Amino acid sequence: MKTLRRVALTILTLVFSASLLADFLAPASFATQFRESPNASPSVQFPLGTDELGRDRLSRLLYGSRISLLLAPAAALLATLTAALIGGTAGYWGNWWDRMAVIITDLFLSLPWLFLLLTVRATLPLNVPPLISVVITFSLLGVLGWATAARVVRAQARSLRTADFVLQARAIGYRRSRVFFVQVLPNLKPVLTAQFWVLVPTFILAEANLGLLGLGVAEPLPSWGNLLRELENFSAVKANPLLLAPLFLLVVVVGCLQVILSEEERFQ
Amino acid sequence: MKRLLLFLIIVTQLFPALAYAESERELRFCLRAEPKTFNPVLVADEPSETIRYLTGGVLLRMNRLTQKLEPELAASWRVTDNGRQILFKLREGVVFSDGTPFAADDVAFTIRTLMDPQLNSPTGDAFRSGGGSVDAQVIGAHGISIRFSTPVAGLERLFDQVAILSSRSVRKEMAVLGPFVVSEHKPGSHVLLRRNPQYWKRDAQGQRLPYLDSVRLEIQQNRDTEMLRFLRGQFHVINNMDPALFDRLRTESPVSARDAGPSLESEQMWFNQVAVSPIANYKKTWFRSKNFRRAVSEAINRDDLCRLVFLGRANAAAGPVSPANKFWFNAALKPHTFDQASSLRRLQSEGFRLQQGRLLDAQGHAVEFSVITNAGNKTRERMATMIQQDLKKLGIQLNIVTLDFPSLIERISRTFNYEACLLGLVNVDLDPNGQMNVWLSSASNHQWNPSQKAPETSWEAEIDTLMQLQVSSIDPRKRKSAFDRVQQIVWEEAPFIYLIDKNSLAAVSPLLTNVTPVALRPQTYWNVEYWALKQPESASR
Repeated sequence: MKTLRRVALTILTLVFSASLLADFLAPASFATQFRESPNASPSVQFPLGTDELGRDRLSRLLYGSRISLLLAPAAALLATLTAALIGGTAGYWGNWWDRMAVIITDLFLSLPWLFLLLTVRATLPLNVPPLISVVITFSLLGVLGWATAARVVRAQARSLRTADFVLQARAIGYRRSRVFFVQVLPNLKPVLTAQFWVLVPTFILAEANLGLLGLGVAEPLPSWGNLLRELENFSAVKANPLLLAPLFLLVVVVGCLQVILSEEERFQ
Repeated sequence: MKRLLLFLIIVTQLFPALAYAESERELRFCLRAEPKTFNPVLVADEPSETIRYLTGGVLLRMNRLTQKLEPELAASWRVTDNGRQILFKLREGVVFSDGTPFAADDVAFTIRTLMDPQLNSPTGDAFRSGGGSVDAQVIGAHGISIRFSTPVAGLERLFDQVAILSSRSVRKEMAVLGPFVVSEHKPGSHVLLRRNPQYWKRDAQGQRLPYLDSVRLEIQQNRDTEMLRFLRGQFHVINNMDPALFDRLRTESPVSARDAGPSLESEQMWFNQVAVSPIANYKKTWFRSKNFRRAVSEAINRDDLCRLVFLGRANAAAGPVSPANKFWFNAALKPHTFDQASSLRRLQSEGFRLQQGRLLDAQGHAVEFSVITNAGNKTRERMATMIQQDLKKLGIQLNIVTLDFPSLIERISRTFNYEACLLGLVNVDLDPNGQMNVWLSSASNHQWNPSQKAPETSWEAEIDTLMQLQVSSIDPRKRKSAFDRVQQIVWEEAPFIYLIDKNSLAAVSPLLTNVTPVALRPQTYWNVEYWALKQPESASR
């Protein structure tokens, strides 16, 4: 298993490095349209071919990876921390705060997300640079996407409330907040880590779906989300299976993250 | 339980085959949404319009191929009193689908129903556009006069949309005079139309039309599924295809792919010129400058848009009327030539200058604006992306914003909080009268600056005058001349930057005969009564 973990780590390092070094590795700018070569097959000039507008797919994949791999984890981190704070404290403290947290969580789960996001988008200024609009999109995902994770964390925190080591810590006079941060929170780490890694691909795909509503990454910026939208055209996929590259990358990255995660859990 | 499950699986697998085996002469195609009404007077959506077209009998029908009016239930007609009155002599011996005889009373009843203010009929809107009342007077059993309070240019074309209702039938609007009758409607599934055995029309050999026994309209929103089912032979026709699917069809079934040339659908972009809009004043100055608009128009490579976004199934657009509109198209106009050097010269003449790759106006503001379009429309997103790159070469920063449709409409028609907009337009009516609500400066659909109290520019005032002139004349030459000038002004001033005219693309099964897809809607089934279905064996031979 150690070897598998090493392989996963190596792959992740390679993918992250390639995306961070996109400025040097990409054969062209992600926005440049080679209009004489639309839908070109893979070649030396365009290793993964070009899209409908003649943009180099490899360049778009590298830059898109950078956006998705940096912003989706950032949004997932924001959502996980919120879930830890609300779910963890609710499960541990109980009483009125628990009831309140459950109500808030249920409220967030029942919110018509899409309408909320649409309203937010409609109120944003129009002349927002694409990069800022990406950051806003992922921030919204982070702010609104914590509720499911909070439920899981709350359930785990409730079970820890009556654990021996927690009772012993309370018995020797530790304050509740100290017990929460020193005893409970570290024991929530596996659940939080799992929730984090579950949220990463969820947010990547959510961004792809939001693109249909005008909330995703704005053109010409690429992201895994808008690259995955190309898969809607089945005949194009049949004609050029390299269109599956972003999907392949997404599966590989999530798979590698899962391997590392399960190994970490085993060591814990 | 397992047996029951197995039985259900077998039945569900067999069911489509059984359904399709129901009638050998059954035409099948799909509606992209549920029809909202079967009452022809209340039709406002496309699926309902399809059913009205297939079931309704009209006095006059526009031949979609020749674009000329032809007599249907009216044996002849005459426009009199300088366009205020139209006299019809009705065909004799015609009966509704339920056997009720057709007479002038039915036409008078239909007109009264159309004009009923309680019904608020969308079809009646066209009759009300001139203001005043519309009176129908019966002249004998088979003559009728319809009088308008003001002259109506192109009066007779209004009757292409009016399906005649029976004044006597107990079946009300379900008694029809068209080639088919609504037989079954399963919401969410299909509408089945059966042949109208009483249909009056016969072919050259005297055989009663239509040749088909039934039409099954399946409700299917997904276009990929529609295509798949067409390729499997479960549908016979696909109307209004997008270029990507059409391209796929050409590969998989070349004989079925029919490109009827330019349609009446165009894509255009415009700048917000509303004086009270909440955008920066210096941007309003740009957008109100003819040279700025023309410079943007000349910087856009329309041929590339046609080639890359529409896969060659579109043409660069010159103006508001597509070449598909044979009579009203101003052939003297050519699309603005793609010439970035000329574009830059125009901008420089207005005080703009290029500085380190960025275009600055006379006050030093960097030229940056946003274009809004509807989210989820890949074609428009791609067009906007290409325009973005074209304008970047002039140093203009274009931000693309895709919005959900209600938000977009809110911005362009109520708050005016936008800078530029990219949208499409479908001209359903060939006659310019149908565009009065776009070209008059006081109109609400005068998108770049709607509902003006008085024309804010001299060229808008001239357009107003010309549109009023053409609407008040019944002389086709005068009207054509006035509307040609309107097109010329729009070309010069570029309030709308016309980008492309889409081609009319359709899929037609090789089993069907007598099908001639055209540019006008309905592209394919406009002459459905003459359609016939061959057996698969004979088709393959």
